[in-house]
Amino acid sequence: MQDLLYFSQQLVNGLTIGSTYALIAIGYTMVYGIIGMINFAHGEIYMIGAYTALIAITGLATLGIAWLPVILLVALICAVIVSSSMGWAVERVAYRPVRGRHRLIPLISAIGMSIFLQNYVHLAQGSRNIGFPALIDGGFRFGAPESFQLSLSYMQITIFITTLVCMTLLSLFISRSRIGRACRAVSQDLGMANLLGIDTNRIISATFVIGASLAAVAGLLLGMYYGSVDPLFGFIAGLKAFTAAVLGGIGSIPGAMLGGLILGVSESMTSGYLSGEYKDVVSFSLLILILLFKPTGLLGKPEVEKI
Amino acid sequence: MATHNLKHALFCAIVTVVIAYPILGLDLVAQGTQIGLEGATPTTIISIFLAAGIVFLFQLFRDNIMGNLGKLPKLNPLSGREPMPAEKRAKVEAWVLTGIIVLALFWPFVVSRGAVDLATLVLIYIMLALGLNVVVGLAGLLDLGYVAFYAVGAYTFALLYQYFGFTFWMALPIGALLAATFGMVLGFPVLRLRGDYLAIVTLGFGEIIRILLNNWTAVTGGPNGIGGIPDPTLFGMEFGRRVKEEGNTSFHETFGIAYSGEHKVIFLYLIALVLAVITALVIRRLMRMPVGRAWEALREDEIAARSLGLSRTAVKLSAFTIGAFFAGFAGTVFASKQGFISPESFVFLESAIILAIVVLGGMGSQIGVILAAVAVTILPELAREFSDFRMLVFGAAMVLMMVWRPQGLMPMRRIPIALKRQE
Repeated sequence: MQDLLYFSQQLVNGLTIGSTYALIAIGYTMVYGIIGMINFAHGEIYMIGAYTALIAITGLATLGIAWLPVILLVALICAVIVSSSMGWAVERVAYRPVRGRHRLIPLISAIGMSIFLQNYVHLAQGSRNIGFPALIDGGFRFGAPESFQLSLSYMQITIFITTLVCMTLLSLFISRSRIGRACRAVSQDLGMANLLGIDTNRIISATFVIGASLAAVAGLLLGMYYGSVDPLFGFIAGLKAFTAAVLGGIGSIPGAMLGGLILGVSESMTSGYLSGEYKDVVSFSLLILILLFKPTGLLGKPEVEKI
Repeated sequence: MATHNLKHALFCAIVTVVIAYPILGLDLVAQGTQIGLEGATPTTIISIFLAAGIVFLFQLFRDNIMGNLGKLPKLNPLSGREPMPAEKRAKVEAWVLTGIIVLALFWPFVVSRGAVDLATLVLIYIMLALGLNVVVGLAGLLDLGYVAFYAVGAYTFALLYQYFGFTFWMALPIGALLAATFGMVLGFPVLRLRGDYLAIVTLGFGEIIRILLNNWTAVTGGPNGIGGIPDPTLFGMEFGRRVKEEGNTSFHETFGIAYSGEHKVIFLYLIALVLAVITALVIRRLMRMPVGRAWEALREDEIAARSLGLSRTAVKLSAFTIGAFFAGFAGTVFASKQGFISPESFVFLESAIILAIVVLGGMGSQIGVILAAVAVTILPELAREFSDFRMLVFGAAMVLMMVWRPQGLMPMRRIPIALKRQE
């Protein structure tokens, strides 16, 4: 019983983290699916989302607004607006001019952008980490009070529900809306979609905006969950999310969700049963192993090399 | 003026304000346990709106500006000149290089100790950048975990000294070979991967090495690092005031000169110089050898190269291993120069800096990479008050280089070899 509770606790923690990884991973996977590049600056966009949310929350607190739903909604909207503008601008400035050149060139440009954004926030807001107020506290507890208790906080429930809502909306958007259909067409064949009258530039911008918005949502959620933000906070999370995207099969949206959950659970199991310090080692090793044995990921389509 | 342009320009200006204002214009400050919000100085606010205005105007007149830019005279006055004949050029280059090396040999005796120390660091970066240049510039494999091999070199020396009392000269080849082995072991499985996957896997590998060094406290000392790493000796002569090791003599006593702390710094500088020159020469040779041609062929067109019978794995692996070898070299010198190493010195940012050097200098071009290494290491020292902006400028420079001049400041020229007609 004791062991089962402990195991379930790790599972719950893992699924919580994993679902936010999935939110960030969507941004990587959609961009890769359409233009075949790794958007290295995506983790930074997520970090900026977290910062904006924190600024909005603090601003509202200064104004004396204390009603929780309003605070969360305003923080969410601000984070989404700033992050998606950032995503749009990054694509315009750093990626569009180099699109179609040798593979390494957009990648290096993206690394440059990532370093730039990290230091932009570092210079503007300082390098120390800033506490994020725990707006949603409390939760359920299971198990006998004197032994190990499984705790399921309201924050974790919020994360699950928000992720679920976002994913459902995204799936509907991709499968039903006009832009969503155009997105799918562009990811299948960019040149052909262009010939058929789809404004591919707009669709690519839309992809960046969608990915950045989801990253902003993840930024708000994870900021509250971890309780602090700092300028480097996007880097590792971005790497993890990228791992999740590769794990599930890059280019595939359901794959990103699955990959995020698997990665989150395997990480929390490592911290629960081995040691918290090695959880990053486990996720990177997982990435290397996946790439070696199944480079297309779990749900990805095999890529045919054209000659 | 089309309305489309006006709308677009307005949109761009608004986006500029939206992305700049919350982060730059509102500062989070800690007030006791609470955090508060503070408006930034009026100058910041004004500059944000000024930037938005500039973006607006630029986007509004974008077509005109871009049209006129093409008509401007070329900035480089030499661009229209006939290129020098290849043979003459090679001769001039050789003379210039020899001159620089001779100058570099005598230079430490006239400048201050701090300058020599900095120059040693520059030489270490030159070694690293030349090594990475083989991997990224010549073979076209984006390695984002290059710093891992540097760490292997440094830690090899530190650990061999700590546990077995190895000296610098014994550890130097071992460190380099061990780094090369690491490169080979990592390279063997991952080189089948396509470019961008390779980048991520090497990045992951770099992080794994750093995390292991950080957490394997029993052996590596964890975040506390390893200290007391000895300086190199000259044929058993030590550079300290007193001889530490039994059987050694000290440099100043042997030559009967007064002790000076500068001897050690200059000696280290000279070692780094010799190693950097060796690195440059070896790689220069390799570039003209079949293996060097194969690197470039594979970078340019993998399918064509393979159909001509090149083994993809062998060629890529050789580039990866040679790159790692020189990183191990540099790592050993670094450990000896610092006397203390910790995982702090081997973060991803370091890999990014070395990559930035290679990109700025021009991928594949040796002279370009050397100049970029000098510039990137020395400029921040000269402008210390702006040192916070160093990485910001780096990031921006990497993006701008890729957009405007992806071939780098001094692009690589193929080393020409002409067959002489036999009479």
